[in-house]
Amino acid sequence: MGLKRKDLLSLASLSVDEIMLILDTADSFKEVTGREIKKVPALRGKTVVNLFFEPSTRTRTSFELAAKRLSADVINFSPSTSSVVKGETLLDTARNIEAMQADIIVLRHASAGAADTLARGVKSSVINAGDGWHEHPTQALLDLYTIRRRGLEFKGLRVAIVGDVAHSRVARSNLYALTKLGADVRLIGPPTMMPYGVERLGAKVYHDMDKGLEGAQVIMMLRLQLERQGRALFPTIREYARLYGLTAERVRLAEPGAIVMHPGPINRGVEIAPDVADSLSSVILDQVANGVAVRMGVLYLMSASG
Amino acid sequence: MTEKREGGIARTNEKLIMDAGDIARVLTRIAHEIVERNKGVNLVALVGIRTGGVHLAHRLAKRIHAIEGVSVPIGELDITLYRDDLALRKNQPVLRKTSIPFDLAGKAVVLVDDVLFTGRTIRAAMDGLMDLGRPEEIQLAVLVDRGHRQLPIKANYVGKNLPTSREETVRVLLEEYGEEDRVVIIKPLS
Amino acid sequence: MALLIKGGRVIDPGRYEGEGDVLIEGSKIVSVGRTLPMPAGCELIDAHGLLVLPGFVDLHVHFREPGFEYKETIESGSAAAVAGGFTTVCCMPNTNPVNDNQAVTEFILERGRAAGLANVLPIGAITKRSEGKELAEIGDLKRSGCVAISDDGKPVMNSLVMRRAMEYALAFDLTVVDHCEDLNLAEGGCMNEGLVSTELGLPGIPAAAEDVMVARNLLLAELTGARIHLAHISTVGSVRMVREAKARGIRVTAEACPHHFTLTEETVRGYNTHAKMNPPLRTSEDVRAIKEGLRDGTIDAIATDHAPHATQEKQQDFTEAPFGIVGLETALPLTLSLVEEGVLSLEQAVIKLTAAPAAVFGLPKGTLAVGADADVTLVDPSAQWEVDPSLFRSKSRNTPFAGWKVKGRVQMTIVGGRVVYRLDQ
Repeated sequence: MGLKRKDLLSLASLSVDEIMLILDTADSFKEVTGREIKKVPALRGKTVVNLFFEPSTRTRTSFELAAKRLSADVINFSPSTSSVVKGETLLDTARNIEAMQADIIVLRHASAGAADTLARGVKSSVINAGDGWHEHPTQALLDLYTIRRRGLEFKGLRVAIVGDVAHSRVARSNLYALTKLGADVRLIGPPTMMPYGVERLGAKVYHDMDKGLEGAQVIMMLRLQLERQGRALFPTIREYARLYGLTAERVRLAEPGAIVMHPGPINRGVEIAPDVADSLSSVILDQVANGVAVRMGVLYLMSASG
Repeated sequence: MTEKREGGIARTNEKLIMDAGDIARVLTRIAHEIVERNKGVNLVALVGIRTGGVHLAHRLAKRIHAIEGVSVPIGELDITLYRDDLALRKNQPVLRKTSIPFDLAGKAVVLVDDVLFTGRTIRAAMDGLMDLGRPEEIQLAVLVDRGHRQLPIKANYVGKNLPTSREETVRVLLEEYGEEDRVVIIKPLS
Repeated sequence: MALLIKGGRVIDPGRYEGEGDVLIEGSKIVSVGRTLPMPAGCELIDAHGLLVLPGFVDLHVHFREPGFEYKETIESGSAAAVAGGFTTVCCMPNTNPVNDNQAVTEFILERGRAAGLANVLPIGAITKRSEGKELAEIGDLKRSGCVAISDDGKPVMNSLVMRRAMEYALAFDLTVVDHCEDLNLAEGGCMNEGLVSTELGLPGIPAAAEDVMVARNLLLAELTGARIHLAHISTVGSVRMVREAKARGIRVTAEACPHHFTLTEETVRGYNTHAKMNPPLRTSEDVRAIKEGLRDGTIDAIATDHAPHATQEKQQDFTEAPFGIVGLETALPLTLSLVEEGVLSLEQAVIKLTAAPAAVFGLPKGTLAVGADADVTLVDPSAQWEVDPSLFRSKSRNTPFAGWKVKGRVQMTIVGGRVVYRLDQ
């Protein structure tokens, strides 16, 4: 059994079996990343292109490290916005890259659906590394992996996702995957940050953070896009932090031993208090470390010649 | 590559090559040979190649313990990431875990596999092992050598040399799979 | 030069319905009757099994000339129009330069005449460069041939400017057409705000963005007494408000587009840029409301909002791709499917494509009355065909209906007594 698809565009489109296969595969690579020589020849001769239209040092570095540890050749390509303005479409750019015989294109783009558009237009495998507000599948996969390594079962798992859900691809990917796996997902944030009808996707919405955190086993904080202040989503960072910031007192409302997650980079003192970010319940650095193993797993599974 | 086990359904065109008694005797002999060749087992470690080799490595360790009173370290090696056909496959094989819970440095590592065929698995296993550490020596023990080598590889310990044609399949069935211990040769359905 | 269209089923709403002949001499209709004698030297058109209808009138097309000739020209747009049975089309002014002055108006009229296919009528801008600030020379636009005014594509956001435009247009008895969209509420959205936009992570345009402006325009029409026409309404709320306003005697008319009564937001799934238009495809409840509005007369006319875009523009990712689809060559079968569904009678459907839109702008079109311009469309109502964009007369192929199997096809189009389109030609 393998991952019988050319592209990894979303978790909404993956089956439970496929998600579990990726997590199991990541487990094998977790062992590899613990070795003295953290490199295996599985993707020797393959070319992975990181095509990042949006700057994201973390995700790009994580994919780059993952690809290099699999012995793939890695090219980082960050098209200047000017070439896009000149009328070169995403497909033009991608076809150029494909002509360099890229086997896998890892795409980060500001527009939802960019990865779908790309995948339709090129023969290379496309991995979505974040498209607009739509999905960020590998981030959610590493979140799931981190949860599982903590020994938590997905079925019935109480997960609180806190923050600007409407504008978060991380929230969407986690919501789709966690509900598929049978978790009880609560979304916490002001109504301005909840997308239309999201409760119909299987989540429960809370505007009162204290209520939403009750009994939660996993608290997933979203990064507040500070530049959104002034767009009438929230009045001030101060008020947001007071209403939806995760403090040590609030962590105590959750189930004892609950873990705190954050996709990074964190705004200390805004969505998460510094002592919480650095506490024992925080698995934020595990997420980063697991990210490489999960992405190795995804790259390995996508590297089949198809 | 190693022969894959595909369920336990008996086929009419399969021929018994070794029964449980044969396998037990052969493993006892190999255990003695390992002890003899290495003049004791102080530096010996067994590394089974997933999946069949792992079970055989454990059986050999038991026998060595009976002979020498020493528990040799056992490791488990998944060679998938070192296969030479990954780039050609339509679907990537499922990965299993590698676990070498001891330091390879200075060890005489005996790789253990069920069937030696083309030699490609052993090549992959040696590469994998070298990435995990620097053993003093690598030796190879197999239950069955069926010939048709494609690489210059030779086993130090062979349970049984078995002439086969390329089209035939050799399967090692073990109690650990819920089977009766035996080795069979399966002729292609014509 | 005379033409006798013989043996078809003639539907001239309110005037003639049944088997009959239509006689054309020169550019005019001279007679419609059960069996007309054939004058000497007359060309005979056998219309047995066909519908003989007044030429269709489209209140809302974008022919892109001047400025965006790579998408469409007045000539290619006119060819698409007559292939779709439309003999009269009204061109929105969002060209480059914007049609906010006499020179552009005259240019469009001249190009339309040169193409010699459909009657191409310009709609002038409400404000200079359609910037929504200062009124364009509306009097001049009317005098040089504009049939209405609109800043289509861009709503007139400033309510005072809209009020003044309505008042000013009264002096020329011009209809003010508005694309109803509150740009603040729409906030860069690119599809309907709803469950699908939530799932796809695309910025949404709420129905309220349309409804707010429909309400404002109705209030201003009441205040000023002006005649307003609401372009491409797409929501439950718009239909309800227009229905109420009409009942209260406000001078409002409205149009709906075939895609808005045929497709829902679900079509966007997979980030299909051919499902990206403005107003966006809405929900099935909205589709139901639009059909009901068409049925009960709240919505007067069917208009295409024919909006050609080049292939490479629609190949961009969803948020970057421009809004709009071509519609002239698919409008007829989509409208006839409303008849199949029982939403409209055949006569009602014909009215929505002919007499009703003509009445909205007060055009002497959409009729087979004796003395009227001989604009006639012959339709085979039972012809089944598959939509193949590569065969479009339009320069652009941006349609969500590619590959659709549809029923009802234009066989022949006559404009001013001249056959300008024949199927398989």
